[in-house]
Amino acid sequence: MKPFKLDWLILPLIGALVVIGAWHLLAGKKVVVKDAEGNVTSEERVGAIAALPNVKETWESSKPYVMEPFAHRGELDQGILRFTWLSLILVAKGYFIALLIGTPLGFFLGLSKAFTKMTDPIIQVLRPVSPLAWLPLGMVLFLGAGKNASDLAALFTIAICAMWPTVLNTAVGVRAIPQDYLNVAKVLKLSRWKTLTKVMIPATLPYMFTGFRLSLGIAWLVIVAAEMLTGRPGVGGFLWQQYNALIYEQIILCILMIGLVGFVLDRLMSVVERRFKTA
Amino acid sequence: MAFLELKNVSKGFGPKGQRNEVLKDLNLSIEKGEFVAIVGYSGAGKSTLMNMIAGLIHPDTGTVTLNDLEIKEPGPDRGVVFQNYSLLPWLSVYENIYLAVDQIFPNWAVAKKQQHVERYIGMVNLTPARDKKPSELSGGMRQRVSVARALAMDPQILLLDEPLGALDALTRATLQDEISRIWQENKKTVVLITNDPDEGIYLADRIIPLTAGPNATLGPSFQVDIERPRDRKAINHDPVFKRIRRDVVDFLLSSRQQRTAAVTKKLVLPDIEPEDLSVTRELFGPKPRPRRRSEVKVEKVEVEV
Repeated sequence: MKPFKLDWLILPLIGALVVIGAWHLLAGKKVVVKDAEGNVTSEERVGAIAALPNVKETWESSKPYVMEPFAHRGELDQGILRFTWLSLILVAKGYFIALLIGTPLGFFLGLSKAFTKMTDPIIQVLRPVSPLAWLPLGMVLFLGAGKNASDLAALFTIAICAMWPTVLNTAVGVRAIPQDYLNVAKVLKLSRWKTLTKVMIPATLPYMFTGFRLSLGIAWLVIVAAEMLTGRPGVGGFLWQQYNALIYEQIILCILMIGLVGFVLDRLMSVVERRFKTA
Repeated sequence: MAFLELKNVSKGFGPKGQRNEVLKDLNLSIEKGEFVAIVGYSGAGKSTLMNMIAGLIHPDTGTVTLNDLEIKEPGPDRGVVFQNYSLLPWLSVYENIYLAVDQIFPNWAVAKKQQHVERYIGMVNLTPARDKKPSELSGGMRQRVSVARALAMDPQILLLDEPLGALDALTRATLQDEISRIWQENKKTVVLITNDPDEGIYLADRIIPLTAGPNATLGPSFQVDIERPRDRKAINHDPVFKRIRRDVVDFLLSSRQQRTAAVTKKLVLPDIEPEDLSVTRELFGPKPRPRRRSEVKVEKVEVEV
């Protein structure tokens, strides 16, 4: 197809409409049967997937959360943006712990072959472990913290799950530093510290930021699991609570919110990442 | 007393058993202020030789001395211009040179360092590009930054490792003239590594061929007695230039011929016998195929009596 005016806007809109339409067709619908006096005799849902709320029901049920995004009605009854904000704060904390540990660890891995041989099997074994598996361990680890245990466990889970892309990308970046740059450092007799700050870190930055971006994606992915299990207020916690309360409409609201935030975070990080592209 | 001296230097790479001897028994002595060109085939070990003088690698045997001090590690007394420029891509032209100046002259006042950097950027005619990143520069400009960086370090000796190898012929000529001019202003000791005999003769006081590897070694040195400043156009007709070029090229070619003559290979000829087409092929039998003579175990020869 030939590109046309505003195709960047129209084509995605058509795509979204098709998906929403398909959802609406598949979703269930409430059918109310009334007798002659207008009394409700029976209520049932019909449709391909009867329990799935349709677009209209989703919107009506979510309205109070969307129209008053910062409302605070109770611990697990707050506006959607307020929940998102709570989740983001937790993610930010866990993410920074992941970077703080992951970046130096990656540097050591990149610099030392012996260290790589020593730790690589451990990393490869720990890396694929699901956040759902880490969280209970976190709870056990921070058992002594009492009230804060679930918060700390969530942080621990986010940090340990989000760390690996940063670790591995930094290590690859350090190994990929061109010998030329190191030769420059040697010929100039730069001190170790200066070689690190003036040559090695700038040379590794593009790789590091790719790692940071992937890590942020995982951190946001983990938050839902962490909140579900701990019952903290946040998008994930809200989602799980509404599921238990059989209010399915708001599950869809939460999913959309989580997806949207993840998308925005990724875009932001790729802008930052592009700024640090060298060569 | 020679300024830079290599004595019986040998260097090989690879593990024991399959070791690849690159350089063997190199002897070289260079006086202060001399411009020496070393010309040789690619892959002969020119860059290995350069890296040894720079101190980035160590000879297996023999010694490399500068001012009677053995070279053990790289240092700012030897300014190196690498073949692939080796500029840091995240720093601008100015910053690349400033990093070097800041490192070599830490005690200078900031203003003096800045002035020093500007001077060398001006020397290679890059003042308009001082705030550009290497990726925004052409190959020739990058190499000029690299030269400026090496010169700004005020080294005792300048090592040029095929500095113009990656450039097109026209840019090459311009930069050759520029190197020639800068050398006449500074009179630094220069070792130029190149694969172009013309370039070597045009620029240097003395040109030394490096024989083809493995086991490359330096040939006789040819003194280039051509007045400076040299004229690029006139030099092509200069009898001295022609003689030196012929001698250098002859030496390089003969070193190569010797090497090919020394390698003798056993030639194995094909030993296939023709297929016997008179034999009819059976449906399920083995496919008829040409036989190898070595497969024929018994050969019967019937002779009529």
